[in-house]
Amino acid sequence: MLLAAGTAGLLVAMVLMIARAVMGPSQYDRILAANSFGTKTVLLLAVIGYLFGRPHFLDVALVYALINFVVTIALMKFFRYRSLAQPLTASAGERAPHD
Amino acid sequence: MTEALHWIGGGLVVIGSLLTLFGAVGVLRFPDVYTRIHAASLTDTGGATLALLGLGLISGLTPETLKLAFIWAFVMLTTPAAANALANAAYGSGHKPRIGAFQIIPSDAPRETDPEDADRSSSQ
Amino acid sequence: MTGFAVEMSAALNVVLLLMLVAIGLAVAHTRNLLTAILLMSVYSLVSAAWLMVMDAADVAFTEAVVGAGASTIILLGAILLTRGATARVDWRAMVAPALLAVITGGLLIYASLGLPEFGDPSSPANAYVGRMYLERTGEEVGPHNVVTAVLASYRGFDTLGETVVIFAAGLGVALMLGFGPRATLAPAPEKMGDHHVVLRVAAKMLIPLITLYAFYVQFHGDLGAGGAFQAGVILAVAVILYGLVFGLRETIAAVPVKAARSVAALGVMLYAGIGVICMVNGGAFLDYDYLFSPQVEAMIPANLLGDPHEEHHWGQHFGILFVELGVLLTVSSTIVTIFYGFAGRSIDAEEAKR
Repeated sequence: MLLAAGTAGLLVAMVLMIARAVMGPSQYDRILAANSFGTKTVLLLAVIGYLFGRPHFLDVALVYALINFVVTIALMKFFRYRSLAQPLTASAGERAPHD
Repeated sequence: MTEALHWIGGGLVVIGSLLTLFGAVGVLRFPDVYTRIHAASLTDTGGATLALLGLGLISGLTPETLKLAFIWAFVMLTTPAAANALANAAYGSGHKPRIGAFQIIPSDAPRETDPEDADRSSSQ
Repeated sequence: MTGFAVEMSAALNVVLLLMLVAIGLAVAHTRNLLTAILLMSVYSLVSAAWLMVMDAADVAFTEAVVGAGASTIILLGAILLTRGATARVDWRAMVAPALLAVITGGLLIYASLGLPEFGDPSSPANAYVGRMYLERTGEEVGPHNVVTAVLASYRGFDTLGETVVIFAAGLGVALMLGFGPRATLAPAPEKMGDHHVVLRVAAKMLIPLITLYAFYVQFHGDLGAGGAFQAGVILAVAVILYGLVFGLRETIAAVPVKAARSVAALGVMLYAGIGVICMVNGGAFLDYDYLFSPQVEAMIPANLLGDPHEEHHWGQHFGILFVELGVLLTVSSTIVTIFYGFAGRSIDAEEAKR
């Protein structure tokens, strides 16, 4: 019963994250929402794994945690540097800040 | 004993999910990207810790507990790193933090669109 | 599952499907392609969670690693080479496509009324060949995940075809974009700035763990969710993360372009080679029961996997192991090749601009 309540809370949080991802306004808000949504999905899978008595959900939750990070970095790098190939250093491929 | 652990574990899961929910409300309500990053990353790691600890109490000492520990370790490693990288990139691309009481929106408030989108569309 | 869990899973289905609809509408509405890619990545996460609720663990695994992970990164690479927004379209031009979409959707909904109930044991999919797989896997293939047994053994020929398709897709991308950057890449600056130092440290800690997890998925896939396709993508994602954080030049130094494309071909060769060996030993193509000739099979110690009294299907066991290794090699190196193609082409385009 408690696990069901936890699931419901996570689902509401996920819906709010989708709202932020759709609204933006800036691309960084969207990436943030996508990343946070991923973390909540990881927790959701772990919790419903126990709710339904299916522990193999945890393997999938683990892979979400990894993929989510890589995708966040790829999106961040793309929006910031317009490149997937440059190394993330201070000097390479960076634009001057907008002032 | 296990009955009590189940209740405590379930309670921790609920508290963790509530914490994530509060964080989500923060992400929706806060005024600029930095405060939103703050809300999301802090509550995600906190909520994950509580919820996974709760699940660990429910499952007891099984192989699943080890997987839960791994998930926790990954979340604790990736969420702060991603938040740092995001804030770093947002600052580098010219998003200024909004300082002061957020009800009062100054006339020279930061542009609501991404500056990179603006110069991208103008260059094409 | 108890009655409460069934109700809970129905409620979860509804909420997750509504989320999918909302994200789909948002994707259709936005004209910024980058936002669309980001939302599609979230869409994949939700649909994978939904597949998980439907208890299709292997499909959910694939959706998570391919849909949310690899295809998002590949689409970003494609956007690098094109423009980031769609043009405004006159509404009159949209009437015919909209009509077509509505008609197709209506037909699909009408067709779905004729589908059997979810989990109906007497539906055609579950009654004939599906039931046969479930009943016979234990005695014919050994104690495997039934999904793995079906994919790698019963329908090994189909999976060979899929592996070849992935290999061909990699080749197709490479033919259009090249296998990697043509220009020699400038060396990274001597002193790495501490701009993204947290990210670099986190990536250094994560990459070995991701690689390790790929091998766990590979070898545990015989017994649980996951398998070689998913493991291959996870392995490729580890390489891509390295590329994202440390740059393409360092990545090519670690995983050379030539190595990636040779390994992709090697994987297909390994898979097809196993089939040929089975034929040489007198069986059908990919009939793993004939993988070892009787002399070789006699040399395998009976206690190789612990219990010596249990009956083992060594041919099936090793056949599936090798075939999955072939799939792992092909999938991982093909995705790395595609990443090299897109990233390298964008560098060449920048060079040409200067």
